[in-house]
Amino acid sequence: MILAAVTPPEQLLERLPLVLRDLVTGFFPEPLRWLVASLLAIVAILAVFGLLFAFLTLAERKILGRIQNRPGPNRTGWFGLLQPFADGIKMLTKEDIVPRAADQLLHFLAPVVLVAAALMTFAVIPYGRHLVPVELDAAVLYFFAAGAATELVVFMAGWASHNKYALLAAMRALAQFISYELPLLLSLVPVVMLTGSLSTTGIVAAQAGWKWSLIPHWHVFTPWGFAGFAIFMVAALAESNRSPFDLPEAESELIAGHLTEYSGFKYALFFMAEYFGMTALSGMAVTLFLGGWQAPLPFLQFIPSYAWFGLKLLALLTGFIWIRATFPRLRMDQLMHFAWKFLVPLALLNLGTAAFWEFTHDWSGPLQLARWALALAFVAGPFVALGRRLTAGLGPRQYTYAAA
Amino acid sequence: MNAVLVLIALLMVASAAVALSLRNIVRSTLLFVVNWFGLALFYLWAGAEFVAFAQVLVYVGAVSMVTLFAVLLTRRSLDEPGISPESRSRAAAGIITGCAVAGVLAGAVLRTKFPVASTPAIPTVTVRDIGRELMGPQAAGLLVVGVILTVALIGAIVLAATDRPANREDAP
Amino acid sequence: MTPLQGCLLLSCTLFSVGLAGALSRSNAILVLLGIELMLNAANLNFIAFWRYGPSPAPGSVNGVIFVVFSIAVAAAEAAVGLALVIAVYRHQKNIRLQEANRLKG
Repeated sequence: MILAAVTPPEQLLERLPLVLRDLVTGFFPEPLRWLVASLLAIVAILAVFGLLFAFLTLAERKILGRIQNRPGPNRTGWFGLLQPFADGIKMLTKEDIVPRAADQLLHFLAPVVLVAAALMTFAVIPYGRHLVPVELDAAVLYFFAAGAATELVVFMAGWASHNKYALLAAMRALAQFISYELPLLLSLVPVVMLTGSLSTTGIVAAQAGWKWSLIPHWHVFTPWGFAGFAIFMVAALAESNRSPFDLPEAESELIAGHLTEYSGFKYALFFMAEYFGMTALSGMAVTLFLGGWQAPLPFLQFIPSYAWFGLKLLALLTGFIWIRATFPRLRMDQLMHFAWKFLVPLALLNLGTAAFWEFTHDWSGPLQLARWALALAFVAGPFVALGRRLTAGLGPRQYTYAAA
Repeated sequence: MNAVLVLIALLMVASAAVALSLRNIVRSTLLFVVNWFGLALFYLWAGAEFVAFAQVLVYVGAVSMVTLFAVLLTRRSLDEPGISPESRSRAAAGIITGCAVAGVLAGAVLRTKFPVASTPAIPTVTVRDIGRELMGPQAAGLLVVGVILTVALIGAIVLAATDRPANREDAP
Repeated sequence: MTPLQGCLLLSCTLFSVGLAGALSRSNAILVLLGIELMLNAANLNFIAFWRYGPSPAPGSVNGVIFVVFSIAVAAAEAAVGLALVIAVYRHQKNIRLQEANRLKG
């Protein structure tokens, strides 16, 4: 881990990860220390996000259960807390079936490459003031370059299975991923434009400070930032293959899409990569729009920065689960229309809003109100107009049998 | 440091050579992805981070997808015909030409005395430098590239789109 | 052998492999990929000279800028080239280049 110069009045809690790291690396001779430090960072990421994945599956089942008025898993361990480990053991002991006609090598490589690529994205997210595993000048670019492997893996899985349904589903999944990659990337371009930095630490640093020591300078609290955040999260839902965009493996309608021929631990690896992808994209959203590890109010700064990052991350992940419980699945054509006729134009117009926001930087007094009003109009106007066009001709649903 | 270069070189040359000699096009495309990834590794090794990530994003993320879609859309259901003697002789001619070009180029590279850098310092380039260059002196080039990409996008859609109107019954 | 020569040798090997592939294969997609490989070999040269060339200026970005433009143009080339392949396939149900010898569809 690379650390910035430590400012003196810092509490032990904030520096705790660094202290621990120095404690461990202290046992090793000087030339090996950087290697040990990197290994420690990797182990920490694997442990933290592995456990987060385990308990996220449990949390998802619990929350979905509560929303659907049932208890969720509660038999294994205290409140079902051991359920993820029981699931893991079950997955490990399952038979791993590979079709005889399958392309053995690619069939095996697909889940491995997917998990590796998903883990690589965690390297550039700043988890705390001093917790950036790899500090890169072009970190945002790196993040999405590492994510580019996802699409390739979907194709590999579909093609290597030698199953026409898997291949067709892979093509559908690819169409979805490519379509939603566009708004995902376009929605973060304003952030890069206005902070003038592709490095995640730079973007977090640009969101420091408070207006009237009340409103943090997070990007989500500007009109363009709010629109960008919304577009980013919707596209992230689709990119991480989550409901209501989980068409690639709509388990109640298709068999399992491109994962049809996967079983046992390989299937679990795909599942794991999906959660890793969701977590990484949420972490990126926190970094880009929600101020990263910054505390929301000045007097709350005594809580260490990584705790704030964790809280924001968990809030977004809970949002993902809540959305899954709330929205019905889209149809394929609705999915495409939503991406190309709604999200992409909105993301493009958002670039204009961000430019306007930047050029009216020195407006003050009543002009400041005009700036806000104009920027909000730039955001809300296209949203309403495009939304009307998208839903034109669709009335409220008629319920024939349910009571009105 | 040079061992890394040798490894990258082996990866790239082997993947490219095998890819171009396979009969299974999907596999050769995937091997080309390995090759492009190797090139990105080379860029990283040479210290051009930005280019490396752009290479991965564009080639591994986008060009590979376009190629794989093209492969699947043009795949024939019938088995490939056997190798005809005519294509065998053409392949031999192609490989001989390739070897000849390689010989000439390698000879030229090995015999030339390159002026060695007096200070073998790594040229440090930040993304900010690249951005300033692109927005300042190279702004015209950037605009032209933007126009080219737009025209290519529209052209590709026009070329690949079917002329027939879509079947009405399939429409939603 | 200097690192620069090593890079240049790698680049000319890749170029020749791409050339041999483009000349000897008859599948249009593979020919396109071979050409793409030759282009990549040229990009490699830009970076090699940028990194090891004679007395690089401290803030020189020329090599990098060349490659950035080149990657953008290559993306356009791939998109149009593969669209052409699909159009050819639609006309004659075949993408063998030897049989794509008529201008009238």
